[in-house]
Amino acid sequence: MSPLALLLAVLLLVPLSAAAQDEAAGPRIPRGAPESAQRPPEQIVLGLSQDEVAITATFDGSDLLIFGAIRRVAEMDLDDLGVIVTVAGPSVPATVFRKERRLGIWINSNAVNVSQAPSFYAVAGTAPLDDILSATENLRQSVTIPRAIRAIGNSVENSGDYIAALIRLRQDDDLYQLLDEGVDLAEGTLFSTRIALPANIVEGNYTVRILLTRSGTVVDTYSTTIGVQKVGLERWLFNFAHEQAFFYGLTSLILAIAAGWAASALFGRLRR
Amino acid sequence: MQLYLPIAEVSINAFLLLGIGGLVGVLSGMFGVGGGFLITPLLFFVGIPPAVAVATSTNQIVASSFSALLAHLRRRTVDIPMGSVLLAGGLVGSALGVVLFNWLRARGQVDLLVQLSYVFFLGGVGMLMLVESLNALFRAHRKGGKRGRRKRHNWVHALPLRMRFRVSGLYISVIPPLAIGMMVGVLSAVMGVGGGFIMVPAMIYLLGMPTKVVIGTSLFQIIFVTAFTTMLHATTNYTVDMILALLLIVGGVIGAQLGTRIGAKLKAEQLRILLALLVLGVCLQLALGLVLRPSELYNVEVVETAREVAE
Repeated sequence: MSPLALLLAVLLLVPLSAAAQDEAAGPRIPRGAPESAQRPPEQIVLGLSQDEVAITATFDGSDLLIFGAIRRVAEMDLDDLGVIVTVAGPSVPATVFRKERRLGIWINSNAVNVSQAPSFYAVAGTAPLDDILSATENLRQSVTIPRAIRAIGNSVENSGDYIAALIRLRQDDDLYQLLDEGVDLAEGTLFSTRIALPANIVEGNYTVRILLTRSGTVVDTYSTTIGVQKVGLERWLFNFAHEQAFFYGLTSLILAIAAGWAASALFGRLRR
Repeated sequence: MQLYLPIAEVSINAFLLLGIGGLVGVLSGMFGVGGGFLITPLLFFVGIPPAVAVATSTNQIVASSFSALLAHLRRRTVDIPMGSVLLAGGLVGSALGVVLFNWLRARGQVDLLVQLSYVFFLGGVGMLMLVESLNALFRAHRKGGKRGRRKRHNWVHALPLRMRFRVSGLYISVIPPLAIGMMVGVLSAVMGVGGGFIMVPAMIYLLGMPTKVVIGTSLFQIIFVTAFTTMLHATTNYTVDMILALLLIVGGVIGAQLGTRIGAKLKAEQLRILLALLVLGVCLQLALGLVLRPSELYNVEVVETAREVAE
């Protein structure tokens, strides 16, 4: 009786738990139909450690694990294969100022307006980008950090210096990251990378892009978005401050006065 | 413990912020100053965006001044009519200051304005205080030296629109207090300070007010002006960070109690020399930042767009 029941239970449970696991951790099926009607010889299948990043009160940066596999119709040579992963935060205009000495003090003088610069940008490859991505493909797909920044219609001389400074400053803050060989590729099929999001990232939709290259030419791309958002108290206070600015200001004042009054009352009693 | 500040949008150690509040609280308890002129530069230093630092420290000043004003009201050392005239000027000045602040912020010059104001005012006031207290110390050693007459008749007393201020025992024109109040209002909006360090000397030396009502009256003006400034920053820039303010306030009230006890053990002249040196130290630090060649010539300013509020 009991061995039979056990066998039955195992037979029933195994497919169930396997399905559950598939749903929890299994790679997702790429959304959207491939561009050409014909199925490409190689395709990217992607998984993410998380769909969204929640900025809580104790948020101190977050690691994003991006992993996936390359699906092939037939066995192929692996020598010229490359995988590039980019993570881009929302793009916002920025102004880069350069300090100059005027009347003995250093002040912001010339400025270059950058029309669109990602607030966060990380790019990782299985090898140095020059080796796995041709210059033409970089132009077309805007992969490297300088290509991700768009600065148009600037009349200031050598505005290239300003863009270089923007990249340097944001690299110092870990907002721009170039990770040569940051992507691990196993057996020419399974790839994975870890991107560290710093604590000072801004909210918005972050685009994750995977590019599969052969001899520097992009053969398949895949992209998805991750929402980065304040949650809980942080969300509530931010919304309160922006949507009901007057009452927010009033509440701040009342809290301040109450705290000041309570403190003096408390210490006054302690002294007596 | 790292804490993510919702408005400043940076993650900073909560104990560091409590410590800054506490340190400034100790100093304000020792010297009887608001401490805004120290909080704002310290906040810049730990990485709070300047606009948030200025707006939030005005909120903190409201808290730290409130309990002190209560004590002065009980002792009846507040000249309310005089305070109201100073306040009228202060509100106008604060509104002008916020407009100026936002205009310069759009042009990337707000840091320069804030730093220059600090160097100029801290330098001036620090020097005056140092000279004054050294003189006082010198006089104390040379017994029998004549004390200079404090109440002098100067150009201030020749202006029209006179008004009687009973508590201060003055009958003077309202123009000088209005002008002083207005200047302090501008400073409050631009520098994130209460402005007591400017107003107190101006009330004593320019208006000739008796010393015992000066502190209470300036606190009366400061509370309303900083509250108004906080509201203006909160509604036009959304830069008041409530969490940051609360941490500074909690640190500040504990520090202030400690500071009062330390202050009671030191002599008044010694205290004033120490305060003057502190003010000059902060001033020198900021001045060097303007004069020396910076290691990084470039800086990035993100253009604030009307960001959509999610959910």
